[in-house]
Amino acid sequence: MGLKSTLHNLKEKYKGTNMAPAFNALHTFLYLPNETTHNGTHIKVADDLKRTMNTVIMAMVPCLLFGMFNAGYQHFSALGTPVEFLSWDAFYIGLIKVLPLVIVSYGVGLAIEFLFAVIKKHEVEEGYLVTGMLVPLIVPIDTPLWMLAVAVAFGVVIGKEVFGGTGMNILNPALTIRAFLFFAYPTWMSGDKVWVHGAVERDQMIAAGEKLDAISGETILGSLAQGKEVAYSLSDMFYGFIPGSVGETSTLLILLGGLFLIFSKIGSWRIMLSSVVGALTMGLIFNGLVNADVISEGSKFHSLMSTTFWHHLLIGGFAFGTVFMATDPVTASQTNKGKWIYGFLIGFLSIMIRVFNPAYPEGVMLAILLMNVFAPTIDHYVVQGNVKQRMKRLKVKSA
Amino acid sequence: MSNDIKIKKGLDIKLKGVAEKATENAIISNYCTLRPEDFHGVIPKLLVKVGAKVKAGEPVFYDKSNEAIQFVSPVSGEILEITRGEKRKILAIKLQADKEQGFQDHGKFDVNAANADSVKAHLLASGCWPFVKQRPYDVIANPNKAPKAIFISGYASAPLAADLDYTLKGKEVELQAAVTALGKLTEGAVHVSVGKNTNSPLSGLNGITLHTVSGPHPSGNVGTLINKIDPLNKGEVVWTVNAQDLVIIGELLLTGKFNAERIVALVGSSIKKPRYFKTKIGSEIATMVYDNGIDKDGNDRIISGNVLSGKQVKPDGSLDYYSNVITVIPEGDDYELFGWNKPVFNKISQTRAMTFSWLTPNKKFDLNTNTNGEHRAFVLTGNYEAVFPLDIYPLQILKACMYNDLDEMEALGMYEVAPEDFALTEFVCVSKQPHQEIIRKGLDVMIKEIG
Repeated sequence: MGLKSTLHNLKEKYKGTNMAPAFNALHTFLYLPNETTHNGTHIKVADDLKRTMNTVIMAMVPCLLFGMFNAGYQHFSALGTPVEFLSWDAFYIGLIKVLPLVIVSYGVGLAIEFLFAVIKKHEVEEGYLVTGMLVPLIVPIDTPLWMLAVAVAFGVVIGKEVFGGTGMNILNPALTIRAFLFFAYPTWMSGDKVWVHGAVERDQMIAAGEKLDAISGETILGSLAQGKEVAYSLSDMFYGFIPGSVGETSTLLILLGGLFLIFSKIGSWRIMLSSVVGALTMGLIFNGLVNADVISEGSKFHSLMSTTFWHHLLIGGFAFGTVFMATDPVTASQTNKGKWIYGFLIGFLSIMIRVFNPAYPEGVMLAILLMNVFAPTIDHYVVQGNVKQRMKRLKVKSA
Repeated sequence: MSNDIKIKKGLDIKLKGVAEKATENAIISNYCTLRPEDFHGVIPKLLVKVGAKVKAGEPVFYDKSNEAIQFVSPVSGEILEITRGEKRKILAIKLQADKEQGFQDHGKFDVNAANADSVKAHLLASGCWPFVKQRPYDVIANPNKAPKAIFISGYASAPLAADLDYTLKGKEVELQAAVTALGKLTEGAVHVSVGKNTNSPLSGLNGITLHTVSGPHPSGNVGTLINKIDPLNKGEVVWTVNAQDLVIIGELLLTGKFNAERIVALVGSSIKKPRYFKTKIGSEIATMVYDNGIDKDGNDRIISGNVLSGKQVKPDGSLDYYSNVITVIPEGDDYELFGWNKPVFNKISQTRAMTFSWLTPNKKFDLNTNTNGEHRAFVLTGNYEAVFPLDIYPLQILKACMYNDLDEMEALGMYEVAPEDFALTEFVCVSKQPHQEIIRKGLDVMIKEIG
């Protein structure tokens, strides 16, 4: 009882002061508050926003752990001294490379959230709990921490807080952060070096005159875009033993996370399913074009277009984006019908951009951001359908 | 027009403390309180002063904006006190009840020979009119407008609701008189719903269109009934009457007496022996609550009405004008260590986010008044639609109300809804938004701007 009453007294003491939101944010992490209903419904469901966000984070934890092991595994494989996947050596690299990303992401993001809450005198909202976890999972392993910090600050302030905070933003904050990195530091975020720890460093050493072999840290999409042979088997792609952003590689674990989100009714199965259908449709169209000899073998799009349609689901960030980012309820379509259209177009456009974007062969980020912008438009037309029905009923009556 | 209405979207909230089917006479309340706030939008003009003696059924005040609508005293007695609030607004009119009850005689009324105007005049003068409510806006019906139909729900699906089949039993004569009279007031039908596979006294009435409903709450809400049978369009009006109030209307027509007696269910997990009581509108809650279960110094929430839409009252408060349930549940003003992330078995949840009520669909829960989290902006989508059977977009209409866009509110179907239709969406809301209050305020803006 001691802690509970001490904290309660502190809460009363801070009430009305500038510090109240910051204190309450920490207090409510320990204790579900003593708030009661007034009028309206006198009882409420057990879920709140914290529980909801926490569920999404739990779904991502396996991806994070896998990403930490994979960081070391890819690093040593590229160096030519492979280690066991589930080894301490592999995990150690993940620990020193991935953990700082997580810490910087949460540290900078939450600091800004607290600051805004104190200035604007509202409670600290939970949206960043998920964003802060997403960010380290969707950046390349060697992203410099200062760069990440700048991007997070940009993403939280411009992507979210200027619109009014959690629930009001138009673009997915995690993707805003990644898009900022992509456009502000293009040399870091693309190319074939940043995906494996040590590759960039090695390049710099070679440039400085040391006699070493360069490391290839190329992703599968990178190889395909350049028309090279892919060095990984399908099962590697499915299990995730491939280079890529920290948490996006293991389709298996993403699939499990997605199933967990659907089962817990937190993530929208409509968006996930329709996005997969959209991607397969686009993939089939491209395969069809290749089979019909519309695209010559010499075309720079040939190798990506001829990739078997369902392989697209396994490579790149498609699976991760579909499961964890397209389903963000704030930036997705809000109507059930709208979700089908929204998801389908994300899948469809992801593969299209992936194939046609010469600078950077991954489309899911841009596809989701684009559809975030169009989600309100989709909803508008869906809701108008309901409005028109109502108008029609009125006309039939009065006629 | 289907006579069999099946609702799929919704949620049955199963709580502890269902009333046992046994009726007792409540201790006769010494006091009777009328609260003008029960009649939304009515500005009362008093007809009596403190110290005046009134009989049961004698007018106490009328509506300033429509003087024909009279509000009568449920008991005979002396006006003890008139409580006023800010700007002298009348909050409560308290009467001391006589030991021997006397009734004002409104005269027997020949329902079958009557026409619309005479029925209307009789109900207005005798104080029965406030039982007739209207949509749009969910307020007391405007007697100058003709409704396209009248709707009565004879099926109570709300959590711990009084079983209407039980409370209306034996009242067939009164019910028949009331629906016959109401039937004269509309060109359209009198739609009555009863639960499927139940034996309702309402199902045998003449002059009604009977519908059977099944499915989870809100299948018993009159709003659901209207939406499924004959949804309201702009410019139209429908009237609704609570089934239990038909008995009072019927008795008045048959005997000329305004008998405010009503069978009320006393329910909730804080009640040791939940059951039914025969009491009167405006009676002190304490007369039923304390003798029958709850501790005097217990920390409980007393609600006049059901847990979803009822009003919070003090123990010395009174039964409100439209309720036939008194619910008592524990207050939840305590902290819970790691309550936001630990697995939850003892609370209801719509999701499976480490909440396990889905494992025990038939379990009766003991819920308290804790909000289980703090108020937030709207974040999740799709969860309201799962419990909202009306052909309306709930999230969108709530947002339209919040930014007061009258055109959008109208286009999205604001004429069709009442606050109670949004009780379930409010219950499941993860962001803990006050949906019913938002809708009520939205309706009030529409009354003011559109009329």
